[in-house]
Amino acid sequence: MSTDLADLVQGVLAQVAAGEEMEVYAARGAETEVRAYSGAVESLSAASSAGIGVRILRSSPEGSKVGFAWAGSLEPSVIAATVRDARDNAAFASPDPDVVLASPDGVAPQDVTTFDAALAGISTEEKIAFALELERRVRSADKVRSVRSADYGDAIVEVALATTTGISVASERTSAYAGVSVIAGDGDDTQTGYGSTAGRSFAALDLDRTATEAVERAVRLLGATKPASAKLTVVLDPKVTAQLLGVLSGALNGESVVKGRSFFGGRLGEVVAAPQVRLIDDPTDARAYGAARFDGEGLACRRNVLIDAGVLSSFVYDTVSARRAKTASTGSAVRGGFAGIPGPGCRALLLEPGSLDQAGVLAMVGEGLYVQSITGVHSGVSTTSGDFSVGAEGLMIRNGQLAEPVREVTIASTLQKMLAEVVAIGADVEWLPGVAAGQSLAIGAMSMSGS
Amino acid sequence: MAEALLDHDLATSVLQAALDRGGRWAEIFCEDRATAGASLDDRRIEELSSGRERGAGIRVMVGDTIGFAHTADLSEASLLAAVRSAAAIAGDTGGSAGSVQLRPSGPVEPRALVLPEAIAKADKLALMLAADDAARSIDGGISQVQVSLADSRRRILVANTDGVFEEDDQVRVRFVVVCTASGDTGLQTGYQVLARTGGFEFLVEDELAALARTAAHQAVVKLTARPAPSGELPVILASGSGGILFHEACGHGLEADLVLKDTSVYAHRVGTVVASPKVTLVDDGTVAGEWGTARIDDEGRLSARNVLIEDGVLTDYMWDHLRAEQEGRPSSGNGRRQSYQDLPMVRMTNTYLINGTDDAEDIVASTEHGIYVKQLGGGQVNTATGDFVFGTTEAYLVEHGEITAPLRDANLIGNGPEVLGRIDAVAGDFSMTVGTCGKDGQQVPVGCGQPTMRISGVTIGGTA
Repeated sequence: MSTDLADLVQGVLAQVAAGEEMEVYAARGAETEVRAYSGAVESLSAASSAGIGVRILRSSPEGSKVGFAWAGSLEPSVIAATVRDARDNAAFASPDPDVVLASPDGVAPQDVTTFDAALAGISTEEKIAFALELERRVRSADKVRSVRSADYGDAIVEVALATTTGISVASERTSAYAGVSVIAGDGDDTQTGYGSTAGRSFAALDLDRTATEAVERAVRLLGATKPASAKLTVVLDPKVTAQLLGVLSGALNGESVVKGRSFFGGRLGEVVAAPQVRLIDDPTDARAYGAARFDGEGLACRRNVLIDAGVLSSFVYDTVSARRAKTASTGSAVRGGFAGIPGPGCRALLLEPGSLDQAGVLAMVGEGLYVQSITGVHSGVSTTSGDFSVGAEGLMIRNGQLAEPVREVTIASTLQKMLAEVVAIGADVEWLPGVAAGQSLAIGAMSMSGS
Repeated sequence: MAEALLDHDLATSVLQAALDRGGRWAEIFCEDRATAGASLDDRRIEELSSGRERGAGIRVMVGDTIGFAHTADLSEASLLAAVRSAAAIAGDTGGSAGSVQLRPSGPVEPRALVLPEAIAKADKLALMLAADDAARSIDGGISQVQVSLADSRRRILVANTDGVFEEDDQVRVRFVVVCTASGDTGLQTGYQVLARTGGFEFLVEDELAALARTAAHQAVVKLTARPAPSGELPVILASGSGGILFHEACGHGLEADLVLKDTSVYAHRVGTVVASPKVTLVDDGTVAGEWGTARIDDEGRLSARNVLIEDGVLTDYMWDHLRAEQEGRPSSGNGRRQSYQDLPMVRMTNTYLINGTDDAEDIVASTEHGIYVKQLGGGQVNTATGDFVFGTTEAYLVEHGEITAPLRDANLIGNGPEVLGRIDAVAGDFSMTVGTCGKDGQQVPVGCGQPTMRISGVTIGGTA
């Protein structure tokens, strides 16, 4: 199958004209989604889709001019029109000496497996049964009032990428996912919880844990009240830590840095975090959901240490942002499918784990707030100024143990200060979907706003 | 208008095939979308992009299960294959449930005077360069300017076994300016957007330059901002700043899919008081030019003006086909989807609080200590508990009835029903803003609006 796509990409590349460089990216995928509700299948989708993205660089004395076009089809006539559109778009861009396509850089790809052939053999009935069982398990739990939905989804995606500069790669990846959103109640009180599981194979999904997690997270918030405002130490749940790292990655984005939009700008080699902080983006680690052999420009993915012993050591770059910063690509180009233009980004962030499990982190903190979930990340965090303010719910920490639940509070600080105030990094790493893994993380001197 | 996306007879035969496979209801949603975008960054036109997508999504209901399949090929063979697939996954039982008779579509005109394809690319770029110049003309430390312009033309056709056969031709334009200011206190950003359902008649150079200057001014002012307070204070939302508050605080909770699953704090509350008597809230997909406006929703239902809360009393929820059918009532025209590859669900269009009788200046003058929000960013809600957050992107302290120091960005947190009850002043200076609403991973354009108003107490998530 993937050779077809690689051939197709080479065929499109042959349409390059004199004075041009060209990049062709094609993707094809099949996905299934099942939604269970109240003991029955509410909806079931099965579909395949395909598309192409073409970048054309037109050379000029002042540098290259780039144009991009995409289409949600691999029909030859549509592809031809897409090439024409990309070519026409290129005519209007500003010439830029830093705009080039990636070229092979000699870094060999690591052998990272992102494909599970068994997924294609899982029947629709098995997928339905999984969603129904997840929904049933959660619905029958004590104190559960309703289940908003239990979802199962999977995807098989193949990608081919080639350029006139000598890049030619293809890859396949599978993913499976299930999640359940539950509402627990006690008298007039209502609380919600969410559980999810994800992996590259159907077999990797953990139904028991997902159901237990969703119920436990909702039930333990019952009776939550709004506490008085305070300055305190927070312990972030592993899922929240992963969200925080995902946001922080925006400030480590080489393009944001070189364009003066990151608070990390000009700080390479300086102390930006507590000494125990070591932050790594390693897509060659197969445990990471975002693991990959190649980046979005076809260069080998590699392990990049971004913060080392509290010192800012690197940013992530794609080819163009690296040239602007007078450095080399870190193999960190990402793209949002065939309709997206590549740009730098993290795929597999991990804070180097410490030695304490969650109970150990809570015991060490003694008094504070355990943050189970946060909201408003997009509206309340800026990687330009570093301002951080989000809604939160969780449990107070008293005498080193989880105590009474709280809701409708915000926690605030700045990302700069939070990095410096890292008190403990847990050993309880959870490999989560998205661009980061997470573990329990204690951060001091946060402002909690309540009543 | 160009030729129909799908021939009347072909639509009929495809839907008939769905009924013949045991479907009790079926629908074809066809879409043809062309988009173009350009971005200016660091004084350069970085790239122009364009994209095209065309396809059909087919829903077949067998019993209470929806089978869904989609195809990028609008040929008869592909559509019939999608019908077979959708019917099979819904549990194809065979046997026909009657014959399909489609009504003709109402008249469709693109709601744009100047279509995007009529504008030369060079002219689009000139608008962006002018905005960049305007932003950089502001004194005080503008270090970076990003301008983006996107336009789209989305033609849709919806046909279903109830006889619906409706088309629409939706044109949208969006112009965004983001400025970064740099000073001793670090970096700050200013953000302004103009987005309309319509064509390039809405993108006027002078107005876009003014928009850019506003974004630049906002970034510069924030360089001197102090940390936002922490704790509960009165909050004044300037006209048009904070429609997102209603979108989050109650809009999502009034979507019938959540209500019928009992996952909304507003379930079972029609006819009861859910807000201050000063609150009348409307969702209206018919307002000319607004970002969430369309002739029909994505289920072929004509857009409508629906009153959700009247003088503080909950009057109705928002409905799509599926939930309306469950309750034996008509859809309210709120069935929307991101693309033909997605299932529709209940979504808002343009949601707004109508004018009250208070005076905007008096509202500020009568506030002893609080914050004045000129612009809100995004927000998020948990519909089951009603707890929601929304972030400020331009806010000031109010001291002794006057707007004083600028504040750094912060999130505000509240509980929908509680906050709606605390609205103690509503002025008469209504205006709209735009947003992109995400629900279950699908993004759709929405409008929000409100006049200047005050909430007597909201928790502000600052650090001071």
